[in-house]
Amino acid sequence: MASTTIDAAATPPTPTAPPSHEVVDRTNRRWALGFAIAALGLWAFYKFALESMPGGVQDAFQTWLPLTAVNEAIVWVICAIGLNIVVGYAGLLDLGFVAFWAIGGYCAGWFMSFFLGQYDITFHFLSAAPPTQSGIHINWWIVLAIAGAVCAFFGILIGAPTLRLKSDYLAIVTLGFGEIIPQVFVNGEDIAGFNLSNGTKGITPLDPITALPVGPEAVSRPLGPFDLETKYLLFALIVAFCVFVSLRIREGRLGRAWLAIREDELAASMMGVPLMRSKLAAYAVGAFMGGLGGVVFAIHVNGVFADRFNFSISIILLAMVVLGGMGNVWGVMIGALGLAWINSTFLPKLGETVNDALDTEINFPSYNFLIFGSILVLMMLFRREGLFPETRTRELVQEPERTELEDMHADLEGDVR
Amino acid sequence: MTTATAVEQAEMRIAMTRKEAVGRLLGVVLLLGVAAWLVLNLVTAPSQFFNSLLFGIGNGALYALIALGYTLVYGIIELINFAHGDLFMLSTVFSGFMMVYWLGAEGANPASWAKLLLTLVLAMGFGATINVLIERVAYRRLRRAPRLAALITAVGMSFILQWVGLRWNGSAPRLWPTVVPEGGISIGDVTLQYSTIMVVTFTIPVLLLLTYVVQRTKQGRAMRATAQDQDAARLMGINVDRTIAFTFALGGAMAGAAGLLYLEAVGTTRYDAGFHLGLIAFTAAVLGGIGNLAGAVLGGFLIGIIQGLNDGLPYGFGQKWSQTVVFSILIMVMVFKPTGILGQPTVEKV
Repeated sequence: MASTTIDAAATPPTPTAPPSHEVVDRTNRRWALGFAIAALGLWAFYKFALESMPGGVQDAFQTWLPLTAVNEAIVWVICAIGLNIVVGYAGLLDLGFVAFWAIGGYCAGWFMSFFLGQYDITFHFLSAAPPTQSGIHINWWIVLAIAGAVCAFFGILIGAPTLRLKSDYLAIVTLGFGEIIPQVFVNGEDIAGFNLSNGTKGITPLDPITALPVGPEAVSRPLGPFDLETKYLLFALIVAFCVFVSLRIREGRLGRAWLAIREDELAASMMGVPLMRSKLAAYAVGAFMGGLGGVVFAIHVNGVFADRFNFSISIILLAMVVLGGMGNVWGVMIGALGLAWINSTFLPKLGETVNDALDTEINFPSYNFLIFGSILVLMMLFRREGLFPETRTRELVQEPERTELEDMHADLEGDVR
Repeated sequence: MTTATAVEQAEMRIAMTRKEAVGRLLGVVLLLGVAAWLVLNLVTAPSQFFNSLLFGIGNGALYALIALGYTLVYGIIELINFAHGDLFMLSTVFSGFMMVYWLGAEGANPASWAKLLLTLVLAMGFGATINVLIERVAYRRLRRAPRLAALITAVGMSFILQWVGLRWNGSAPRLWPTVVPEGGISIGDVTLQYSTIMVVTFTIPVLLLLTYVVQRTKQGRAMRATAQDQDAARLMGINVDRTIAFTFALGGAMAGAAGLLYLEAVGTTRYDAGFHLGLIAFTAAVLGGIGNLAGAVLGGFLIGIIQGLNDGLPYGFGQKWSQTVVFSILIMVMVFKPTGILGQPTVEKV
């Protein structure tokens, strides 16, 4: 402030143009149109077009791309977009993202089912559950917000004491966190007499969801297990929300702070970027989306099961982000859709087909370890910026830590010896 | 203006010391709580206490061996080698197949003991070879890349090794006959298991040998020089690539030895053992001060004992919380003392 006043005193004030709204708003909103067309097109295809197709095509889609696989892939997309904020934008390696997925899932389990009825708690709010049922039953849109907030809180809780650590220590702490939280839920049947999670039995079923809490029958009827098309649309809406948030923040002050921290933490802090606050915000926003993904997954499988939350989920999410291109939301989305499909549908079905044809017993799904591991290694060795990189990321990851001259010396090493 | 800044600075200093004081107080309270817990258990169930302690020491020796691999590699190229735990897992499977199928060791007789020694050498060679191969194929190319890239590569390598273990060992745990007999030497209610004796008697010479190599030999001096400054080491005529490869070989050999000892102590192999044991061993390395050899050994024994006591004592959290206890220790060490017990920011690495 002091320097500005001196400047103002020394030079006569020059008239400055008032800030134009076009300049301030840098977000390109055209993506929303393309996204809506793609999402609605797929919906219309499954809802209307597929029925009129010949039987062979219908069978092929039922086998290789059933709508339930698409819905599951959307869960991965939501979580991958969340992880992309932490890893891709802020450059903080998080190896325990499954923790947020689990917490989000249990928020759905607690607030959308009979489960807390065992403690004589009964609370209904805009829910499709029968009013006589005990337990907490809250409308799922509100549960989404609750789960996101709870996860953001845990993100800050784990981030606050650890974010001053070096990047690889941070990765280990998140990894430990990602191991502790699922174990708490697995053993959660009896924590000092309190049943937190129903242990390995899980919490199932959950309340049916409705598109809107009130309104005409068409939009407020409870969705059953076979209303996949409607659920798909609702899930796609959540993806759109995550994409919107990602792109919006990316262009704003916070997003630019993240990129600055990712590229050079020291320089960023010299420029006045608040390191801790920005990093914590990255954790909170990423965890928020992880929580959304957890709720959506719980709705998709109609329950929460503690033993599903393992380390490989964190790594698969990381592989999605790395494959698609760290920092690029669209790349991450494509990576997530592709890998989720390979994991859930392609490998098992390919295994069935090949084993039937050749009369072998090869366990194809067990190859997913090899595939995801190889993706991480090969991408890092040969295409560090991912398949669909942003220009900015490409320049960043190609940049060597040493100068080219030093590299040349390194090459001469054999002769020096 | 200046007085305000001075006051602010003074306030900041007070805040800093207050924060430190609170941290120290917390640490003391925590340690006192642990001590009270130990005394309570010792008084109420002395035999259980000593049995758990001995069991923990046996496990701790294994953790120390694995932790050395982490700490050696971290000391020289500052990479957390995630694949190390899975290398250990592969060594357990290799040792099982070598001992039982390829060498045909059966029962506790002199021939079997000779085969055990032979397998120890082979397993160490196996671990060293795999580790050097990984370094050559992946990490070497990434030495000048951002740290995130090398770390992600290590995670990917860990997954690939886990897949190899899954194909080799099968998805179910595999039971193996062991050369070391069941049971142990009993004094009253306290039993010293034969497997614990074997693990500790194997571990100590290996540790002494490693210390000798790093502290006394020319190769060890090259390692320490490379750890301090790669460019300067190169100017002094040290072949940095070969030195780093040698470090990976040493770490891999430790993992190989740990693999055989684990097999003899536990008698089962499972493809996902590497992830958990590796993480526990990494916790040990961090607890002792990563990059510090003595620290890794100390941390290994400490973690082993803590885990053994937690799992075995009547007032512990029990085995199902074992992982949570270890990882909570990891997080607390990271938060309160990231340099570990023996590590210091300026300490000589490797």
